[in-house]
Amino acid sequence: MWPPPSSSAPAGTRTCSAGAGFWRTRSWGQPYLQAPAGAELWVWFQDTVSDVDKAWNDLSNILSGIFCASLNFIDSTNTIIPTASFKPLGLVNVTDHRFLRYAILPREVVCTENLTPWKKLLPCSSKAGLAVLLKAERLFHSSYHSQAVHIRPICRDKSCLSLSWELRQILTVVFDSFASAQGKKDWSFLKIFSRTLTEACPLASQSKVYVDISSKTEEQELLDVSPAPLSVYEASVQGDRRTYAVYDLLNPALFNTSRNLNVLLKWKRPQDNLGLAVPVLHAQRYVSGYGLQTGEISTLVYNTHPYRAFPVLLLETVPWYLRLYIHTLTIITKGKENKPSYIHYQPAQDRKRPHLLEMLIQLPANSVTKINIQFERALLKWTEYTPDPNHGFYVSPSVLSALVPSTIAIKEEDEEIKPLFASLFPSFDGSSYFVRLYTEPLLVNLPTPDFSMPYNVICLTCTVVAVCYGSFYNLLTRTFHVEEPKRGGLAKRLANIIRKMRGVPPL
Amino acid sequence: PPPRAGRPEGGREGRGPVLRWPFAAGQIYWAKDIIFLANEHDLIGMEAWLEAYHDVNVTGTQSSGTFGRAGAIQAALSLELSSDVITSFDVAVEGLNGQLPNLDLVNLFYSFCQKNGVLCTIQGKLQRSDWDSLPAYLHSLQTLLLMVLKQGSGHPQGDHGLFLRYHIEAITIRGINSFRQYKFDMGVMGVTLEGIFRKLNNLLERLHQSYFFYLLPSLSRFVSIGLYMPAFGFLILVLVLKALELWMKLSSFDREGSPLCDGDQVLNPATMEEPRPSLLTLVPPLLVCHATGLALYFVPVWGQRVATEHFPVSESEAVVLTSIAIYVAGLALPHNTHRALMGSGSDRGWRMLKLLALLYLAMQLSCVALINFSLGFLLTVTMVPVAAIVQPTGPRYLYAGLLLLVTPAVTLLFCIFLYQELMEYPISLLEGWQRFLQAIAEGLLDHYLYGSIVFPFVAIFVYPCWLLLWNVLFWK
Repeated sequence: MWPPPSSSAPAGTRTCSAGAGFWRTRSWGQPYLQAPAGAELWVWFQDTVSDVDKAWNDLSNILSGIFCASLNFIDSTNTIIPTASFKPLGLVNVTDHRFLRYAILPREVVCTENLTPWKKLLPCSSKAGLAVLLKAERLFHSSYHSQAVHIRPICRDKSCLSLSWELRQILTVVFDSFASAQGKKDWSFLKIFSRTLTEACPLASQSKVYVDISSKTEEQELLDVSPAPLSVYEASVQGDRRTYAVYDLLNPALFNTSRNLNVLLKWKRPQDNLGLAVPVLHAQRYVSGYGLQTGEISTLVYNTHPYRAFPVLLLETVPWYLRLYIHTLTIITKGKENKPSYIHYQPAQDRKRPHLLEMLIQLPANSVTKINIQFERALLKWTEYTPDPNHGFYVSPSVLSALVPSTIAIKEEDEEIKPLFASLFPSFDGSSYFVRLYTEPLLVNLPTPDFSMPYNVICLTCTVVAVCYGSFYNLLTRTFHVEEPKRGGLAKRLANIIRKMRGVPPL
Repeated sequence: PPPRAGRPEGGREGRGPVLRWPFAAGQIYWAKDIIFLANEHDLIGMEAWLEAYHDVNVTGTQSSGTFGRAGAIQAALSLELSSDVITSFDVAVEGLNGQLPNLDLVNLFYSFCQKNGVLCTIQGKLQRSDWDSLPAYLHSLQTLLLMVLKQGSGHPQGDHGLFLRYHIEAITIRGINSFRQYKFDMGVMGVTLEGIFRKLNNLLERLHQSYFFYLLPSLSRFVSIGLYMPAFGFLILVLVLKALELWMKLSSFDREGSPLCDGDQVLNPATMEEPRPSLLTLVPPLLVCHATGLALYFVPVWGQRVATEHFPVSESEAVVLTSIAIYVAGLALPHNTHRALMGSGSDRGWRMLKLLALLYLAMQLSCVALINFSLGFLLTVTMVPVAAIVQPTGPRYLYAGLLLLVTPAVTLLFCIFLYQELMEYPISLLEGWQRFLQAIAEGLLDHYLYGSIVFPFVAIFVYPCWLLLWNVLFWK
């Protein structure tokens, strides 16, 4: 199934994710675990690995085979070594970033052929348990889809004497039921997945469905969820208090009334303005300017926290064919220049490696920080263009990592009792939580030649060469001499025969 | 599919209807974002939004910035609807500085109109069904001329015209509600537009396969750059040949003037003393003419405030009247420049000046024809014949009259009358004069608001060149 990491693969922790669509933070709120648009892979190798680049190359090829994804396109032109943005997950004591490799392929999209191998990693595949809901044709009939695999070493038990490898599979889907159901926001499992749950996977030790029923206004319940949940769980998730209705599939009481579980959520009254709270940290990125020579990458980072400032780590990878002018880098917050406290820049090398820019920027409370950097578009060699060059070229999303201060007091989750929430949404000192965000990928046009031109040129050149060369060659190699007509026409020959018979000399 | 490209839609008058259209919102087949935009203040609003979206400042417009973004925009449709029923759609393609959208976008619009049975026109002219008859050819010629006049003006013929600078293919679609009996309702319009949108939605690449340089005699036929450029080249050739003739005459002068030099190639001191005008003598007329051109470009706007303080005119009138005054004052120049001329009085002097003027004109016209063909064509057709024949000998007053007739300002006046004639709405002389003043004001405004190049091009290049020819004519 999965290559045992301790023996064959030398990877310490690895994360691989792929997404289709883009998470709209302003309208969908904070993503739980965001995956960037495109495919992302990052690996911390164990310090016993001698040739990291080769191991990285092998690993990306193996993963490419396992997930049917084009991860084999990862090479030195899109691999970077971030110095600060990523930390090893789990129980590893490698902190030397030379053992880290990170790559994003912004053009890769996830589709059914990636979902099938992903589902096969599940203990019951999609035969039983929660995974029966994952029907490809429904999952991809959605506004957003991403899937991820994280592998990390963890303690096997409380005493932590031996290691276990944890494989975590994450699937995020956004269904826009408002649009597809003519303005009704009610949903059910049957409507979304066209399936219901009947049983837990026999191999599972836990199999639970959490439905977020938290309401903004405390006084009245807006949602009606059926069947009535057997237990309700309250948690603080990403600086927000959430209430979840919990359906434990291992609890036989759940299937007392009906043989299958079809969670149905109804709005008690029509909600016209369901404004999700704007997340504390969000970002927007775009290319400004016009024309095909220069341009500017602008990133807007928002801190909507009313009174707390916090630092954010920004990781920017730009392909080599956009030549960044690092001296034009400006960071402006509230009209004033904001000097980053840490900056790491590695310039690109043509056709070898991308630009890498990592910065630690302090975001004042309730502010917008604008980061600008100008670039020049390079001219590619004509074989380097993609088959559809007029589509544009992608610039991978930039990564923002931050410890965001929470507006509410976070209740520390006990890892023993609630392992899922504690590991998914860890909090630090009860006052802040970790967020990793990805901005939009950018689509940039490069100066593109008219590709019918080489064809025309080839045709024209060949014709000219054929005509000129052919006739010149003829002229140069042939020898010309005056040739006497040896034999005449048919009449002459006939005449000669007759003359011969008559004994007269031929003509 | 991460191409976060959308199509904004500038609805100038159609705010209500746009929102009601049965766009299948939330359907998952929309692979790209769609931006709906209702703008105010006409083109200025559009320009402000575009500049804010692209985070640039081309024209000095201040805007508060934009919130929603959807990446690189692939195509835009600008809708202008004044009623909820229409009889036909009219399409406008000419943009700022005569830029045109890719022909495929026009074809897309035309094919969807045909598919849904909606009448569609270009330049307000319906296509005739009989192709080979003489009236049909004349009809197409009218449509073509209208396009040439509109494109040559450099004025965007709709909100779409400002998108083209940002490499966004765009057309303006106007709903026309005429007296025709059969009308189409919002449903048909919506189906047509949604069809166009879905086609654009399916595009993987930007529109690039078809022509960017063309002229449209009707919606289903076009004249490509490969056809009209050679014709234009032949017109320019007239200037080059004439210049060649002058060059040969000048060199024959050289031979007659210094016969002694021919044999031994040694400069005789006697020939050195002959008054041979050098190229330096051409510098004063060149400088004076260009200074007049620069004055025409800068003074009207600088002097705007002074003029409004001292005369009872509005600001725009002040600018227009000042520019006309400078323009006309330039005509009096030759009588003064002569005093500064050293080598005047000889045939050689005017021939050299004319040679220079012809080559200068040929270069200008061929350059502008690459940017805005129609502008180049209009100037070429009028100026080239007269520029070729003008000389200080012979029927001088006839030449002067002809030269005055082809000065860019008179060409503009003539174009206004021609345009009105083609629109089948003839105007009187007085009205024409008012339109003329209005057109000058618009030309200046287009330059300062959107960066149109027509006014600076005429003021800084064509007008000084014409003044050079005027100098040739009044050579003493």
